[in-house]
Amino acid sequence: MDLSLKIWRQARANEEGEFKTYQAKNVSPEASFLEMLDEVNEELNATGEDPIAFEHDCREGICGACGVMINGSPHGPQSGTATCQLHMRKFEDGDSITIEPWRATAFPVLKDLIVDRAPFDRIMEAGGYISVNTGAAPDANIIAVPKWSAESAMDAASCIGCAACVAACPNSAANLFTAAKTQHLNLLPQGKPERYLRAAAMVETMEQYFGSCTNYGECEKACPKNISIDFIAMMNKDYVRAQFFNMARQGQK
Amino acid sequence: MESSIYALDAKIPDGPIQDQWDQHKFATPLVNPANKRKYDIIVIGTGLAGASAAASFGELGYNVKVFTYSDSPRRAHSIAAQGGINAAKNYPNDGDSIFRLFYDTVKGGDYRSRESNVYRLAQVANEIIDQTTAQGIPYAREYGGLLDNRSFGGAQVSRTFYARGQTGQQLLLGAYQALARQIDAGTVDYYNRSEMLEVVIKDDHAVGVIIRNLVSGEITSHSAHVVVLATGGYSNVFFLSTNAMACNGSAIWRAYRKGAFFANPAFTQIHPTCIPAADEHQSKLTLMSESLRNDGRIWVPITPGDNRPANDIPDEERDYYLERMYPAFGNLVPRDVASRAAMRMLDEDRGVGPLRNGVYLDFKSAIGRLGQAKIEERYGNLFEMYERITDENPYEVPMRIYPAPHYTMGGLWVDYNLMTTIPGLYAIGEANFSDHGANRLGASALMQGLADGYFVLPYTIGGYLVDYLNVPPVSTDDPVFVEARAAVEEQTNAFLAINGTQSVDHFHRQLGNVMIEHCGLARSREGLETAIDEIREIRTNFWKDLRVIGTSDSLNQSLERAGRVADFLELAELMCIDAMDREESCGGHFRLEHQTEDGEAKRDDVNYAYSAAWESMGSKNAPLLHKEFLEFEYVALSQRSYK
Repeated sequence: MDLSLKIWRQARANEEGEFKTYQAKNVSPEASFLEMLDEVNEELNATGEDPIAFEHDCREGICGACGVMINGSPHGPQSGTATCQLHMRKFEDGDSITIEPWRATAFPVLKDLIVDRAPFDRIMEAGGYISVNTGAAPDANIIAVPKWSAESAMDAASCIGCAACVAACPNSAANLFTAAKTQHLNLLPQGKPERYLRAAAMVETMEQYFGSCTNYGECEKACPKNISIDFIAMMNKDYVRAQFFNMARQGQK
Repeated sequence: MESSIYALDAKIPDGPIQDQWDQHKFATPLVNPANKRKYDIIVIGTGLAGASAAASFGELGYNVKVFTYSDSPRRAHSIAAQGGINAAKNYPNDGDSIFRLFYDTVKGGDYRSRESNVYRLAQVANEIIDQTTAQGIPYAREYGGLLDNRSFGGAQVSRTFYARGQTGQQLLLGAYQALARQIDAGTVDYYNRSEMLEVVIKDDHAVGVIIRNLVSGEITSHSAHVVVLATGGYSNVFFLSTNAMACNGSAIWRAYRKGAFFANPAFTQIHPTCIPAADEHQSKLTLMSESLRNDGRIWVPITPGDNRPANDIPDEERDYYLERMYPAFGNLVPRDVASRAAMRMLDEDRGVGPLRNGVYLDFKSAIGRLGQAKIEERYGNLFEMYERITDENPYEVPMRIYPAPHYTMGGLWVDYNLMTTIPGLYAIGEANFSDHGANRLGASALMQGLADGYFVLPYTIGGYLVDYLNVPPVSTDDPVFVEARAAVEEQTNAFLAINGTQSVDHFHRQLGNVMIEHCGLARSREGLETAIDEIREIRTNFWKDLRVIGTSDSLNQSLERAGRVADFLELAELMCIDAMDREESCGGHFRLEHQTEDGEAKRDDVNYAYSAAWESMGSKNAPLLHKEFLEFEYVALSQRSYK
């Protein structure tokens, strides 16, 4: 199939960018979206033009490195699918496709389609862990974890940190990511001791970088792992409770 | 091939194998807690091994710097491991023990690993399960709330812990979270988008690294008392593999060029259940978990060239060849055996699919027996992934699978302390060669990465550090750093200066074709000789005709790849040399000259029960072989039979 691609080109973070149009000829319907871009890059390399920079790594939908806006949708038209798992058979011969980087103030463009998602790491560093030093753990079966709680935690923990949720949100909010990360741990007995401290620290760090959630629900629709916005409600509950009780100072003068 | 006379000292502790690790921990000098902050440690890589090591060092109080080329530690390719992690907890009460896990791992590795290391691995595996459960890994649970187990190839007990089909993802997130906690605590300095391009050596000791910032292109020097390489494996030498696109062998290769011995480079694992390539533009291959072989039946048509659709071929015209050839283990034979059998089917022109490059993995009888709902519960996410890639519904038509390069058992040679032959330089996880011999069992990679990072290196590293108390790290103004930095800058600019006509991928694909053809599932002396000639030719052309556009002072993905492929072009030759030296078949290394009458691998324990550790003698000379002879005191050497 032949395609017309309108792609965001930007040489460096502090330079102006622009859309440029490229023709992709004889694209195999079996190719993945990123393989289609590989082929375009081969052409560009041959003609002496700088290849399009885009982030990608595992190419099987688990590392979360890839992700671009495809015709205005994060990761493109197929639901529950990361960009790397999208195949060209989902497009028609003659289509024009607009490809842009994630759009969010918190994620400056580094080059072309690559953005800096470091604020996600800052949120994790604020409290996205259980404080257990290596070697300090009791036997794994000493705490029974209800199956529903392990399953629900796993649903949250399947977040790949791709940031499609932020890109989809009209407010550029990161609540789905932060909720997935807090609730993965807050739902487990092992995460309970730090539950409210975690919720407060992560939410407050999130707010330093991102917009506020007003329940559009676009994030859930864009999530390649179909993570439910119910987790946002759970996080909000934990956050509100954290405000009522300063858990670190209970009963202290 | 010339080989050295001096024996490698693996520093294996004395005494019975069950006591060695405890004795060694006791005998290793401790670093006083108050003195730990006086030591600087550099960790390269933030996968399972690197993140777990860096986090553990930070907790202990060392000054840690950790570098990753990714934008975040969560991207490391450990994340893609699906099936699970082994440990001898014996929760199912089915007769498992540390000794049995040790025994199975040595046997599964086809008797080419070091007994003491493997025993220690089996010992600390239980602690890994405890640690990761406490970290909040959402392992699969029984209704009573206790941990669930499943079985994997090469074992007759259920000892694999798992988190759906995403165990690697969850364990990596756990290690990343432990690391994030230390970054927040200020014990670990974290550098993302930073690639290590050289190990710096002074007076034969590792004293630091040279790093290139992948966004700004800035090249910086970093010194430390020790350097830890946790940089993964080199399956991408084959171009098409299940590894992530950025996985590379550059860190360990550059260490090799600086004097670290490279062990068993030819021991690579080709995983039997991957989705075959769909066209010639394919950029990577996707693995389907080995667990599918529990319920899927593997077959090809009996008649060569039969191109009818799968469902039109009646049962009596199908050859369930694994069940026919290996009735005892059937579809659950170890990976190397299953992969070779598939290769033979293709050689007989019995391959299936549009490109005739696969074999069927059929769930029809399991669906008939258990119902579609049960199969969906077990493998739903995998079936969905398969359909997304191939556009075929595996509930209705059989999956097509074919072997693909997946893991490299070879890596930097390390002693019992996980130190390479360069004092102060350590290698952990897939980057070293230590535990899997000639074939790795399923669910053992996660176990080894975390064992090295959480429970082995944090103990053994003290034995080296104690001698450097109050000795400051070498200054980054020292001539060794200045020279190493200049060399890195020179090489980076050299790629840009060639200004030829072909892309990096062009050469990488060529190399991959040569390697899979001659140094893949089957190898022969003649083929390997051809391969070496061809690799040299590709290498010459690469340095003559490569075209890398752009500059070195900005984000330049072609430039990053050029450096990695340049190293693959050298590493590939060493792999072929090693494959040629080993005149036997064992594990993933199958030499056509050395097979039994019915086509099975023929090991030669008299002449080849050693690990081959190669020393670089410079780019102009052949490498020098050092042999670490393997002694098997606890596991009896026997011919593996799965019939």
